[in-house]
Amino acid sequence: MSEKNIIMDIKNFYFTYAGVDEPSLKKINLPVKKNKITAMIGPSGCGKSTLLRAMNRIHDLYPGNTYEGEINLYGSESENQNILDLKKENDFIKLRQKVGMIFQKPTPFPMSIFDNVAYGLKLAGVKDNVEGRVEKALKDAAIWKETKDRLNKSALGLSGGQQQRLCIARAVALKPEVLLFDEPTSALDPISTGAIEELIAELKKDISVVIVTHNMQQASRLSDYTAFMYMGDLVEYDKTETIFLNPSEKLTEDYITGRFG
Amino acid sequence: MNRLLLNKIILILSTLSAVIGIGFLFWILITLSYKGITSLHFSTFTNDLVEGGIRNLLIGQFTMALMASAVAVPLGMMAGIYLREYSNNSKLASVIRNLSDVMMSAPSIVIGVFVFALLVAPFGGYNGWAGIVALTIMMIPIIISTTDNMLALVPIELREAGIALGGSKHKIIMQIVIKAAKVGITTGVLLSFARIIGETAPLLFTSANNQFFTMDLTEQFPSLTVSIYNLATYPDEASRELAWAASFVLTMIVLCINLLGRYMTRHKK
Repeated sequence: MSEKNIIMDIKNFYFTYAGVDEPSLKKINLPVKKNKITAMIGPSGCGKSTLLRAMNRIHDLYPGNTYEGEINLYGSESENQNILDLKKENDFIKLRQKVGMIFQKPTPFPMSIFDNVAYGLKLAGVKDNVEGRVEKALKDAAIWKETKDRLNKSALGLSGGQQQRLCIARAVALKPEVLLFDEPTSALDPISTGAIEELIAELKKDISVVIVTHNMQQASRLSDYTAFMYMGDLVEYDKTETIFLNPSEKLTEDYITGRFG
Repeated sequence: MNRLLLNKIILILSTLSAVIGIGFLFWILITLSYKGITSLHFSTFTNDLVEGGIRNLLIGQFTMALMASAVAVPLGMMAGIYLREYSNNSKLASVIRNLSDVMMSAPSIVIGVFVFALLVAPFGGYNGWAGIVALTIMMIPIIISTTDNMLALVPIELREAGIALGGSKHKIIMQIVIKAAKVGITTGVLLSFARIIGETAPLLFTSANNQFFTMDLTEQFPSLTVSIYNLATYPDEASRELAWAASFVLTMIVLCINLLGRYMTRHKK
């Protein structure tokens, strides 16, 4: 694997929550591929969300957690930056503008649809062509048609699926390099789920995607690479096809075939 | 069918209790409205207490309550924001939270006595400032607890989403979280205002009362509630009529503020 194809390289990574002795993630090695979709699967409590939340260091919202190892971000502007070295709030803000995140439940802000998307731009200090960028983001997130006539209406009036696409638009507007999805469709109906999945598949042209999911069909449909995690260990990481059709670990096979989890 | 019979008995008993409870409330409201409205004249609102009206009393009561709010609302909100957003549930935070809860249930007369010792006795007389301080002390813990509780209702994901979008903690709190809790906090502020505007005990020996119109807070200050207390004990008919009228006006004010609060919660967006 040449470094060129890697956007985020996780090396010997350990993570320990505040007030806990045992690390929740142990010796994780995971090179995330550029412009690919990487799925993280595993039973509840395996640490997949914990790992995802380390990638934009949102854990730092709560004090006392400890990191060990490296998470190198090979961004276009930032050459080989170990994001675990970041200390200042300003550096975190820059990191999160490059590594966006979508949550399980849609999280529209209590403001208009337009302002929701413009808010991230405002935080980033973008002043030029805000309207154009909002429109482009809404188009990229496939929600422009439904919202163009009601941009000044509250975002809270949208349906759950629309709210989730709005949140994706909000993240996309910042032109991030990586987008992290934390079970983005588990609160949505099948039709909205389909729309979000199509959208994620579309996004990988410009953005590298990491998605945590409980839904194995979703992982197999959507992702190029899959990481299987179990009890804080990364058991196996390979091309999705290989993981689902020909896994090398017995544990992976047992999980995929539904023998546990 | 023992079960059905028991069900019926319980139903009758609980309905009866509800009727009795509400009955007393309506009795009070009806008596108050009847006596209040019949004692109310146009001149009641244009004259000061010395001339048999409540103009100076209303202005005095509102002045003290508004000035108390001007201090208590920002102070209480900031304390509430600290407790919910910044304290990380530290030891200090739980001490403050408990103290605030104790303060909230402290008898208001005790707060009056405390302020009397602090601001009345040393300065040789009742004064408006002392009344304002007493009301402020009453109001702060209510605002702290409202802000704290309303912020707790804002889902944690909303904060994380703001942070994940590249916001600093204080920007997300000020621009997103407070906005999401705005209706609840505003309602809480209104209700706590309604609470202190009707207080008598904290004013009784802090600002006391004044028959004349004044805006001088270093003097005894006119108060609607203290006047009701005084007037009701006077033997003459005119004083007692004025007490009814003042009680009616006060009740309507408190009722209106409460209804406004209710209305706001119902029409959230």
